[in-house]
Formats: sequence, C-alpha cells, structure tokens
Amino acid sequence: MVALSEATGPVAGDRRLRARRATLALGGLVLVAAWAALATGAAGVSLPQALGRLVTGAGLTLQEQVVLWEIRLPRLVTGLCVGAALAVSGAVMQGLFRNPLADPGLVGVGAGAGLGAVTAIVLGGLLPPALAALAGIYTVPIAAFLGGWAATLILYRVSTRAGRTSVATMLLAGIALGALAGAVTGLLVYAADDQQLRDLTFWGLGSLAGASWPKLAVAAPVMLLAMAGTLWLARGLNGLALGEAAAAHLGVPVQRMKNLAILAVAAATGAAVAVSGGIGFIGIVVPHLLRLATGPDHRYLLPNAALLGAALLVGADIVARSVIAPAELPIGIVTALMGAPVFLWILLRRRGVVDL
Amino acid sequence: MLEAHDITVHLGKRRILHGLSLAAAPGEVTVILGPNGSGKTTLLRAVTGDVPAGGRIALDGADPRRLRPWELARRRAVLAQFARLAFPFTVLEVVRLGAEAAGEIGAAAAARARAALARVDLAGYEGRLYQELSGGEQARVQLARALAQVWEPKGPEGPRWLFLDEPVASLDVAHQLQVMEIAADYARQGGGVIAVMHDLTLTALFADRVVLLEAGRVAAEGPTAEVIRADRLARVYGCRIDVTTAGDPPRLIVTPVPERRGAAAGARAGG
Repeated sequence: MVALSEATGPVAGDRRLRARRATLALGGLVLVAAWAALATGAAGVSLPQALGRLVTGAGLTLQEQVVLWEIRLPRLVTGLCVGAALAVSGAVMQGLFRNPLADPGLVGVGAGAGLGAVTAIVLGGLLPPALAALAGIYTVPIAAFLGGWAATLILYRVSTRAGRTSVATMLLAGIALGALAGAVTGLLVYAADDQQLRDLTFWGLGSLAGASWPKLAVAAPVMLLAMAGTLWLARGLNGLALGEAAAAHLGVPVQRMKNLAILAVAAATGAAVAVSGGIGFIGIVVPHLLRLATGPDHRYLLPNAALLGAALLVGADIVARSVIAPAELPIGIVTALMGAPVFLWILLRRRGVVDL
Repeated sequence: MLEAHDITVHLGKRRILHGLSLAAAPGEVTVILGPNGSGKTTLLRAVTGDVPAGGRIALDGADPRRLRPWELARRRAVLAQFARLAFPFTVLEVVRLGAEAAGEIGAAAAARARAALARVDLAGYEGRLYQELSGGEQARVQLARALAQVWEPKGPEGPRWLFLDEPVASLDVAHQLQVMEIAADYARQGGGVIAVMHDLTLTALFADRVVLLEAGRVAAEGPTAEVIRADRLARVYGCRIDVTTAGDPPRLIVTPVPERRGAAAGARAGG
C-alpha cells in the first residue's frame, strides 16, 4: 500500500505539493480579480479597447487615463496590498496566539490602529513643527502602526500566561480594547473640525475609495516589508503550534520571533488601516479556508494567504462598487457579510472538539 | 556528559529543588524517579531550560543556556509530557518538524519522518490528522518527532541526547516496552537518554542509572541495582515495595505490596 502510493503520487500526509499548486491557482485568481477590477466601474471605459490602443501605440484618451491610471489602478493596487496584509496579519496572529480565531480586526488591533490614525488626523496639528515636518505624510501611518502595536502588546500581555493563551481572555480583552479605542475616538470627534470629520467618517466605514498613488507610496512599502518579514517567521510559527517550550526545543528563538511577529502584525495592520480604514474578517476567513485546503504549514500558508487575501478583497471591492452603482457600499460591509458567517461556522465546528 | 550542579528552582516563594546535582553519561539510560511532588519533572525542565534555575549545567562541556537555539536543537530533543497542537497538522507534518529542526529539508526530511514513524510502530499513520489520534498515539507521534530531531545518536559535535518526561505514561504495556526499548537502543548506540519515570518495574528493567528524588533532594543516585532497594523505596514512597531478582539473565522485579488489604487479597487468591 505504502509503496504503491509512493509510486503513484505524493507521500501520504505531505501536503507541500498541494500547497504549491494552490499558490499557482491563487496567483491566477489574483490576475483574474485584477482584470475584473480594472474593467469594472461607473465610468464607461472599456479595458480591452484601452489596452488595444496602448499596444498599438495610439495612446489613451484623457478619460481613460484619468479613470484607469488615477482611479482604478491605485484602487486596485491598494486593494491587493491591503487584502494581502490583512490576511497575512491574521495568519501570523493566529499562529502567534495558537488559535484560529485571533484576527487583528476582531481583537482590537485594528481599532488601536484606527485610534492612532484618528489621533494623528485630529491632533497632528499639535505636534511640534519640527517633528511634524520630519514625519510629514508618514504621520498617519506611523500613528496607526503605533496604535496597532500598543494594542497587540496589551492583548498579548493580558491574554497569555506562561506561554498559554486563553482565547476567552483574548476575545474579551479585544472587546475592551475596541471599546476603549472607540470611546477615545468618539472624544476626538468632538475636537475635530469639519474637514477632519469628513476624514474620520472614512475610518469608521472602511473603504478603498480614498486610494491614491501618494498614499500608496507611503503605505505599500510598509505592508510589503512587513509581509516579507513574516516569511522569516514561518518555521517558528510551525514550531509554536506545539507550544512555546516545544518550539524552543526545536531551535526556534521564541522570544525574538514573538517580538517580530507582533511588530509585523502591527505594521501591516497599521498601514492597511491607514489607507483603507477598518476592514474586517479577511484575516480570519482567508487563513481558515487555506488551512482546510492545504494544511497549516506557515511556509505555504503565509504566501497563499497573501494571494487569496488580495484576490478576495479586490473581489469584495468590485461587489461594493457595482451593487448600487454609481454609488458604492463601504467595503467593510461586504467583507463582514462574507466573513461573519464563516466566523460563526468556525465556532460551530470547534464547539465540543476543542475548548475555547 | 550531562552535568548539573547545585540546581535550585523556586516557584513563587516556594523552593522546589534544593541545590541538587545530577550527572548522566551518553551510552546510558538515566532515569529520574521519585514520588509525586518530589521535583522530577521540575528537575528535567530545569536541565532543558524550561524553568529558570540557579546552578550550573553543562551538556558535553557547553552551557546549553549559552548555545544558540538551533545549535542546541541539533544536540538534544525534548519530549514533554503532553503537547496540544494548535492547528490541524498531519502526523507526517508533526514528525517532520523534528527532522527540519535537525536541518533536514524537502524529501530527506519527509523520509526521516517516515522512518521515525515506523520506529514507533505508526507506519501508515502519515496522512492522519494528529488531533484525531488517541492520547497514546499522539504520545508516540511526539516521540517520533523527538527521534527525528536527533536521529543519529552520535553527531559530529558529540553524542546526542533525548530528554523524556514520562514517555510511557499514556501507553499500553506493549508500547511501553517498545518505547523503553527504543530509549535503550538509542543509548546503546552512543546517545544519551534521560527519562522521568513513575513505573518502577520498567525503570528496573531498562535504566542503567537511577536518580531517586525525595522532596526536591537527591535521596540516592547510582547504578539501578544499587538504588532500587526495598528499604530505600519503602522509605521514599511510604509504602511497602518488594524487590526480587528472577529469570535468566537475572532481572529486578519490583512489586508494590498492599499492606492493609494484603490478607484479603491473599484470601481471594487462596479461595
């Protein structure tokens, strides 16, 4: 039996080949989603025609240039980056907390990042001019990162004792953190002027509508760098699945790895929140589906999560833009409609199998 | 050599280990024995670096606390009492973690994982999900993972070590024997084995040396036949324990004797 299966296919229990095939398929999915995103929109611009003119050297019309280059493309790239960053953050956080329900959006990290961003918008004017000039357009992303980082640290300290994470404590601490961030955000709203209020509304809803090249230039490198950093974490997260002590015995530098994981999650989530506001559930749905399909090995889970997260968020954005076109839904509504049922489904499946 | 000197461990304000010392040689199975609460597991955890401890520890001349994590991982593997797995890994993937910790990659890591699974009598379990196995099967998968990490008992940097915390606790008698034989084989091939045990009979059968703990101190240490003695066990465990020798080659037989109900049991056997 064993010899036969070795001769005819991959080794039993070894899902690496399946995971690599999934990477290829998900790459294709990203391309399809990207094409659909560029082709879809309120303005009557035909992507094939535009590309045809580009190829033949005829050049784009002014309308095509504006719609494709200034609106749809930055929005697409933002969607790809944010979707990937949220999904990878979720996967890393779940590995860190050893629990598939940990998600930056659910446990207050997104709220902390949002509070950081709002604080920067409203109180940024109070910064010493020298510091403000130094931080420049990075002020909001940096503040979002600091907020997310502080929230992650607090969350980890509160819910983890002797290497074991209590999920109940983690979720409750997340609720508390979210409520606290919400209350402080509410206070700041009173201090905000009209222009700031318009900016603030955007955070509450979560949207890719504000995407632009300058914002992307700030946030995309942070997200890409954080995601690249998580590749170094993959082996350690695999070991951590056995517990902190066992991971250390497998040669994982546990403390350093945890610090880097928290930093990466905070940076990726912070940058994502800085450009798109609070978008939930990508970080929980994507890793969960991938674990079911190709297993929990983080060396494949993390890159695949980046691809699926990117495709899924771009897809959700297409839905958000087309359902009530020419108006659009906040994308957070779409991801919540997709994600919340999956979250409930995970809870149902785990009930009675593993204590929460 | 594993040498530990003057090991002291505090849990909160309570002192669990009172400056005890331990020496174990490669090529031997060293068993740490003792009643509940005597500090067996704490001693093992102190030596493996899982609890902060005072004192000096040397593994083949190097302080394990100063070695880099991956260097240490290639010298010794640790089997904890119980490991709960967070995600649905297959059995092969769990054991492969051990092989990968030893620096094996790709097909070589998978091949070593399969060999380790065969060693613990779990060939054919590769594709099963770890979380769906019984407790005893999970324990053997974890042993296979530890074996895959220090597969060759001797490496270029010296002997390799297995630290086992109650490796037979959840196993049936046949697999208890099998696991102890794996440990003994590992030692015979030049590796070092240090095991925390409860079972006196298996200890008498398989240990080369025994460290007997009592209330955080070493009550006796030495070759198995010298430590496993009826009077000493009775004093440390607080119950009557017979130690006899039987068979060819002679083996130590350790039998706990129920004192109050001894007469009743004898009557049942006689009737």
